[in-house]
Amino acid sequence: MRGKNGILKTAAAAAALLIALTACVPVPVQAREYGYTYNYDYWGDVQEGPDLYSVCKVLTSADLKLEQKLKNPQGLFAMGDLLYLCDSGNNRIIEIHRSSPEKLEVTRIIDSFTGNVDVTTFSNPTDIAVSEEGDFYIADQGNARILKLSSDLEYLMQFDKPVDNTLDPKIAFQPKKIVIDTAGRVYCIAAGINKGLIKYEADGEFSGFVGATRVSFDWTDYIWKKFATQEQRARMESFVPTEYDNAYMDYEGFIYAVAGSLKPDDLRDGTVDAVRKLNLMGNDILVRNGDWDVFGDLYWGYGGGYEGPSYFTDVTVMDNDIYVCLDRNRGRLFGYDDQGHIVFCFGGNGNMDGYFRRPAAIEHIGHELYVVDSLDCSVTVFVPTQFGQLVYKAIEEFDEGHYEASGRAWEEVMSLNGNYDLAYIGIGRSLLRQERYKEAMRYFELKYDEENYSKAFKQYRKIWVEEHIGWIVAAVLVLFLVPMGIGRVRKIKHEIDTADIFVYSKDR
Amino acid sequence: MRMEAKARPLSIPEGRDKRGTYIDSLKFSLYCITHPLDGFWDLTHERRGTIAAANTILFLTILVRILKLRYTSFLFIKVYWEDLNIFLYIASILFPLALWVVGNWGLTTLFDGKGRLGQVYMATCYALTPYPLIQFPLMVFSHFVTIDEAEFYAMVSMLSLIWAAVLIVAAMGQIHEYSAGKNLLFTVASLFAMLVMIFILMIFFSMISQGVAYFVSLVREILFRL
Repeated sequence: MRGKNGILKTAAAAAALLIALTACVPVPVQAREYGYTYNYDYWGDVQEGPDLYSVCKVLTSADLKLEQKLKNPQGLFAMGDLLYLCDSGNNRIIEIHRSSPEKLEVTRIIDSFTGNVDVTTFSNPTDIAVSEEGDFYIADQGNARILKLSSDLEYLMQFDKPVDNTLDPKIAFQPKKIVIDTAGRVYCIAAGINKGLIKYEADGEFSGFVGATRVSFDWTDYIWKKFATQEQRARMESFVPTEYDNAYMDYEGFIYAVAGSLKPDDLRDGTVDAVRKLNLMGNDILVRNGDWDVFGDLYWGYGGGYEGPSYFTDVTVMDNDIYVCLDRNRGRLFGYDDQGHIVFCFGGNGNMDGYFRRPAAIEHIGHELYVVDSLDCSVTVFVPTQFGQLVYKAIEEFDEGHYEASGRAWEEVMSLNGNYDLAYIGIGRSLLRQERYKEAMRYFELKYDEENYSKAFKQYRKIWVEEHIGWIVAAVLVLFLVPMGIGRVRKIKHEIDTADIFVYSKDR
Repeated sequence: MRMEAKARPLSIPEGRDKRGTYIDSLKFSLYCITHPLDGFWDLTHERRGTIAAANTILFLTILVRILKLRYTSFLFIKVYWEDLNIFLYIASILFPLALWVVGNWGLTTLFDGKGRLGQVYMATCYALTPYPLIQFPLMVFSHFVTIDEAEFYAMVSMLSLIWAAVLIVAAMGQIHEYSAGKNLLFTVASLFAMLVMIFILMIFFSMISQGVAYFVSLVREILFRL
């Protein structure tokens, strides 16, 4: 009894001391509202999770050992182990060799080229693409041309402003972003041209516009326009497509194009698309089977000087069909899988590593992500964490047809993050392929995946019916035959009861 | 024949088993929903319905509505349980019902309606019968279909609601002894009365809260100065 009292007293004293101490030492305040990495669940609730990517290195001018500091870098292109960074403000392109994510070295600085042309330097080069043969395609915005240079920097040809009657001849040609396909065709996004991507054939001939964004218009606006005068009409917004912000050619030859400056209401209604996957015809073939439309953040709270939806400024597509969109508005990266499910969201605006001030371009080498910050003049290198590698492993194993291995990987993912919806659906899909329908159904039901649940249930029901067909037939027979039998018996009984001979005999 | 029925005193003898009457009146709901005009006439004029049976049907309706949330396949109903308030959910049936009954009675009593408040309540509850009757089997059925067959579920579910709505309108016509046109008119008027009542209730509550706030601040002010 006494001993217990003593313990209590010591405890009380310790508690008092603790309180006194904490009163002096300011309690560290949790600075972040969100975790760094999060995802949206079926209900649209933010589910924080472990990081899929961690910052490996932030490359600044000093890290790259550049004499002239980077100025407003705009574009990035990866080819094999080489990264090409468009140092737009200094009119040059920097070739960086990546030996490992930690070790990146400048191998070449390209600021001029040779050839039979007047201007052999760049002016505000905003984007670069390199072909399989090693030819450079450079969007030389200030000189209103797209250059094609050989690998040893000799001028080959250039692509000029398209000759088209629908274009205003007064507008200067300002190529912003370019992508090239394996046949040497060039697709260009130019400032002020909203008809889609400008397509050039390999010989430099302009061959049309592809993939203009959808046009959205309000009925009310339309009716207003009917009544408006000419001057009023000129002042009103016209119903025109939005111009793209950036594009990326994936390994299959499809162009992923992003448009950032979209009206929030149109995004919510789904009448415009932030990301489009264009085939050769310029049609959008992006799969949108996710719970949410592909437009980044779902909630656009007004705070910290940021408002409105995510502004996708660049996109990159990995070989496992996961595409990562870069949000300029809140400095975040959004990864989507080939079905349009959100794989990850992370990032933010700020000065710390892994946060951005004005992200401009994104590229990938393998699973690593490279993000260019044009204001901070840096390149941030992200490498997948163990959790990220597991997620990728699960997705890639499934694509290769190793369903059991994929299922196991997803189970590991789930043990690390129980709030990760894709893990449940992944396990379910793996079980579905292994024809373990009942178990698959459970996983799909947990995460409200109607389509896959129905697929599994359809098979499960079929097997169940085939197994119990005898009982089902018996049950149906009983259900029909018993009442029929009873009816027959009653009828006979009724006939006997009302038979003439008995009735007459009763009457008499 | 109708006059005859009206003229007759209580058709149920006092001595009869009370439980028997209750079960008979409950069974009568099945007759009502298949023969609305005849059924709802007899419900009040022949005293075939009882308040106890009406309460039972209402209870079943609420019960099935709650069970549906939990036991329907997730393909059709997904519930965000964190936000569900079961009392509000029950009130979402009881409150409109109360408004309807009071609103309808209040209006019809001024315009030759023969139904009394209890009778309006009873008839409305009887008209709800298709809801538990269809929704409960549908709930079980939902576990045997895939998303491709969801159309069927939605159709049958809608059917139960339309059926109940038609029955309510028919029931009001019979118990108030209204013609079809007058009945429809007063159905719309009752709906309007419901809106007016909601409006008045809202004003009432905001007034009360402001009144209370006034006295609270008054007392606070006095306490500060003491």
